[in-house]
Amino acid sequence: MRQQGPPRHSLDNTSWLRRFRLPTQPLLRHLILALCGAGILYLVTSSLSPYNDYEIGEIALYVIALAGLSLLTGMNGQISLGNGAFMAVGAYTMALLMTHTQMNFIVELLAAIGAAAAMGLVIGIPATRLKGPYLAGMTLLFALALPPIADKWSTTFGGDQGLTTTVPNAPGNINPEEWLAWIQIIGALITLVLLANLIQSRFGRSFRAVRDDEIAASVAGIHVGRTKVLAFVISAGCAGLAGGFLGLSTGVVNTGEFPLTLSIQLLAAMVLGGTGSLMGMWWGAVLLVYLSQWSTSLSGYFNLGSGASAYLATIIFGVVLIVVMIAAPTGIQGGLRWTWRRILGLLFRQPAVIHPASGLPDDRVPIYQSDER
Amino acid sequence: MSLFINITLDGVSSGMIFAALALALVLIFRATKIINFAQGAMAMMTTFLASSLLAQGLGYWWAFVAALAIGFVLGALVERVLIRPLKGKSELNPVVVTIGLLVVLEGIAGVIYGNASRGFPAAYSQSGLTVGRSKIAFSHFDVFIVVAVLVLMIAILVLFRATTLGLRMRASAFAGEIARLLGVRVGMLLTLGWALAGVAGSLAGLLVAPTSSFSPYYMDLVLVYAFTAAVIGGLESPVGALIGGLITGLCISYVGGYLGSGLQPLGALVLLMVALMARPEGIFARHSVRRV
Amino acid sequence: MMLEIEELSVSYGAVNALSSVTFSAQPGAITAILGANGAGKTTLLRSISGLVKPRSGSVCFEGEELVGKTVENIARRGVAHVPEGRGIIEELTVEDNLRLATLWCIRRRERQGAIEATFELFPRLSGFRRRHASTLSGGERQMLVIGRALISRPKLLLLDEPSLGLAPLVTAQLMALLREHTDGTDVTVVLVEQNARSALSVSRNAVVLNLGEVVISDTAAAVAADSGLRHHYLGF
Ligand SMILES: Nc1ncnc2c1ncn2[C@@H]1O[C@H](COP(=O)(O)OP(=O)(O)O)[C@@H](O)[C@H]1O
Ligand SMILES: [Mg+2]
Repeated sequence: MRQQGPPRHSLDNTSWLRRFRLPTQPLLRHLILALCGAGILYLVTSSLSPYNDYEIGEIALYVIALAGLSLLTGMNGQISLGNGAFMAVGAYTMALLMTHTQMNFIVELLAAIGAAAAMGLVIGIPATRLKGPYLAGMTLLFALALPPIADKWSTTFGGDQGLTTTVPNAPGNINPEEWLAWIQIIGALITLVLLANLIQSRFGRSFRAVRDDEIAASVAGIHVGRTKVLAFVISAGCAGLAGGFLGLSTGVVNTGEFPLTLSIQLLAAMVLGGTGSLMGMWWGAVLLVYLSQWSTSLSGYFNLGSGASAYLATIIFGVVLIVVMIAAPTGIQGGLRWTWRRILGLLFRQPAVIHPASGLPDDRVPIYQSDER
Repeated sequence: MSLFINITLDGVSSGMIFAALALALVLIFRATKIINFAQGAMAMMTTFLASSLLAQGLGYWWAFVAALAIGFVLGALVERVLIRPLKGKSELNPVVVTIGLLVVLEGIAGVIYGNASRGFPAAYSQSGLTVGRSKIAFSHFDVFIVVAVLVLMIAILVLFRATTLGLRMRASAFAGEIARLLGVRVGMLLTLGWALAGVAGSLAGLLVAPTSSFSPYYMDLVLVYAFTAAVIGGLESPVGALIGGLITGLCISYVGGYLGSGLQPLGALVLLMVALMARPEGIFARHSVRRV
Repeated sequence: MMLEIEELSVSYGAVNALSSVTFSAQPGAITAILGANGAGKTTLLRSISGLVKPRSGSVCFEGEELVGKTVENIARRGVAHVPEGRGIIEELTVEDNLRLATLWCIRRRERQGAIEATFELFPRLSGFRRRHASTLSGGERQMLVIGRALISRPKLLLLDEPSLGLAPLVTAQLMALLREHTDGTDVTVVLVEQNARSALSVSRNAVVLNLGEVVISDTAAAVAADSGLRHHYLGF
C-alpha cells in the first residue's frame, strides 16, 4: 500500500478562501446569488439614465428567453428555431388581455406564459417523437407561419399597428423606465432561480440523460418523449414571458417585432453566451440588445447606407453562429469558466479538472463536445 | 369547378419546385443525416448572381447555366469549409451552422442588392395556356418548370441507379466505413453530393424567382415547404421528394386558393404535423425511423 | 513481401487497447490472431486498415508504411478488410455489393466476369443477385463478404471473426476455402477468431493477445500444443 502523505495543514494561508463556499443546498444557493444580483442591479438602475434603465430591462427579458433556450439545447439536446414566435404568442396574449380585460398584471403575464407553453405542447408533441431534425424544421416553419396569421385577422390582432400595452403604474415617484426595468429584472431572476433548481432536480437529470443517450435513458425508466416535450414546453413558456415583457418595453405588439430573424438571433446569442449555461445568457442578452446599435454605427462607418445596417447585424449573428460552433462551442461562459479554473489552478497549485477530449472543465462539457464513437 | 382546376394546376407547378429543393435536402440528408437549412439561401444567392449576370447583358440561358454551376461550386465549398470540421460532433452543430450560413447569405445579399424586390425574368411566357376556349392557370413557364424538374429527377435517378459513380455515392451514403474499406473515396463523394444538391437548389431558386418578390428572403418559405415535402417523402428517397413536393404544393395551393395566402405556412405546418403523427417514417422511407 | 507490425500502440482516450504489439505475417499462409473478448483483436485489424490511428508504432506491408495513409489508399494497395459483424451494405443488392469492390481494381470489361466467377464460388448467392443484401441469412452474408473480399484479389486479407454465428459445418467449409485461397499463393491472411480451435487448424502461425499485449507469437502447432496457454487464454 502506498504511504499516505502528511495531513494537509488546515491553516495554510489560502484556507479561508477555500472555506468560503456558497451553501450546497441548491435553492438556498441560487436565492443568495439572485439576491446579490438584484442588489447590484438595483444600484445600477438607480444610478443610470432612464434610457439605460430601458436597455437593462431589455437585457433582462432576453435573458429569460435565452435561459429557456439554453435549457432546451444545452440540457436536453434539442434545437428550436422558433422561440421568437413563442415570444410573439406571449406578447399577443398579454396585449389582448390588456385590451379586453381588467385583469391583474401578474395574471396577464402568467397567461402569456401559459399560452406560449400550450403552443409549445402542440408543436412539441409531433416534433419530438422522433430523433432527428424534425423539431428544428418544424419550429422554423412555425416562426414563418405565425406573423401572417396576425395579419390575416387584423381586427383581432391590430394589423400593422398592433396592440398597445400599458405598464402598471409605478409606486411613489419612481420613474416608469426604472420601474419597468425592475419588473423585468425580478422576472429574470425568478426565472433563473427556478431553472437553476430545475436543472439540479430529478427533471434536470432526466433531461441530461435523454440528451446523452435516448436509448439508455429509456432503459433507465425515463419516458423519453415526455421529457423532451417538457423541456420544449418550458423553453416556450420562458419565451412567452420574455415576449410579454418585450411588449411592455416597446409599448406595442405587432408582427414586425417578431420576424424569423428574432428566433435566429436568440439562437446566436444563446450559442455565444454558452449553450447549457444560465449565467452565460447575460452575455448573449447584452449582444442582442447592443448589436443592432453597433451595426448601425459600423454601417455608418463603412458608408453602407441606412438599409444595410440591419443586414450587417444579420451577418454578424450568422458569423457568430458559425464561428462559435466550429471554433468555441462552449461560448463565452465556457471560456470564462475555463480561465477561472486555470487561475484557481495556478493559485492553489491544483490542476484544474479538464475533460480529456474537449480540453474543458469536466463538470460542464457541453453536448457539443460529448465524444461520440 | 374551374377555380378548383386552376388551383390544382398551380399546386402542381409549385409542387414541382418544392420537389426540386426537397431533392436537394434529401441528397444531403441521406448521406450525412444533416438538414441543410441554408439550401434555400444558397439558391437565393445563386439566383441573385444570375440576375447580376443578366444585368450585365448575358443571355438568359447562359445566366441560367451559370447559376447552376455556381450552385455546384457553392455546395461543394460549404461542405468542405463548414460541414467537414463538424464531423464526429453532436448532430445539433450542423443545424446551428447551416442556420448561421442562412442568415449570413441573406445578410450579404441584402447589403449588396438592397431590400427592394427586383424582378427576375421567366424563361417562357407566364400567361396561361388556352385549352379549348378558356384560359387555364398553367403557362408555358409552368410547363417548363415541370419538365425541368422531371429532367433533374430522372438525371439523378439515372446517376444513382445506372452508373458506377452513383453506386459509389449510394455506398458512401449508406455505409461510409465499409465503402472506404472497399477503396471508395467517400469524402470526395460526400462533397459531390452537396454539390449536386447545390445544383438542384439553384434550379428551384431560378424557377421560383419570376413569381416571387425576389428579395433576400424569398426562399425562406420555399425552404420550409421543401422540408415538409422531404419529410413526407421520408427524407431518403428522390422519388419520395417528388411525391412529397406534389402533396405539399397541392395542399398549399388549396389553402391559398380557398382560405387566403396568409394561411399557407400554417397549412404547411398542419400538414407536417399530420405527416409526423400519422406516419413518422415518411411515406417512402425504406427503414423505419427510430421512434422514442 | 510480408506484413510487419512493430511496437504498435493504440489507445481510446484513457483506455490502452494495444500496447507495443509486434509480430509479422507471411504470405501464402494464414496467421491467426487469438484472444478473449476485449483483447484488442479488432483494434489491431482496424489499425492495419487505417480505420484507427495508432498512438505509435508502425505497420509495414510490402516494404511500405501504412500508418498515416487513408483507409481508401490502404484498400487500394491490396488490403481487404472484412470487418466484424455487419460487413455488407444492406441497402445495395448482392451484385452491387460485389461490383463495388471491383471498381478500382478491375477493368470495366472484366468486372462482370469477376462477379460471375464469385457466384460460381458461392453458387447459393447467384440466385439472390438482385435482392437487397439485407434479406440474406447470416451464412449468406458471410459468403457475400468473403466473396467481396476475394473479388479484388487482395494481397493482404484481414478477416474479423468470420465464423461468428455460423454453424460448425459452415465454419469448417469456410476455413477450408480460406486455406485453398491461401496455400501456394502470395496472399497474406490475418484471421481473427474467438473460435481458436478451428482457426489453429488452418493457420501456420498464431499470435495470442491478452489485454492488448502479445502473449505469444509462434507457429500454430506450437500454440496448440501448449496446454497451459490454451487453458489460460483460449478456453479449450
Ligand atoms: N471505439 C472505442 N472506444 C473506446 N474503447 C474501445 C473502442 N473500441 C474498442 N474499445 C476498447 O478497446 C479494447 C479492445 O477492444 P477490441 O479491439 O474490440 O477487442 P476484441 O476485438 O479483441 O474483442 C476493449 O477494452 C474495448 O472496450
Ligand atoms: Mg472484436
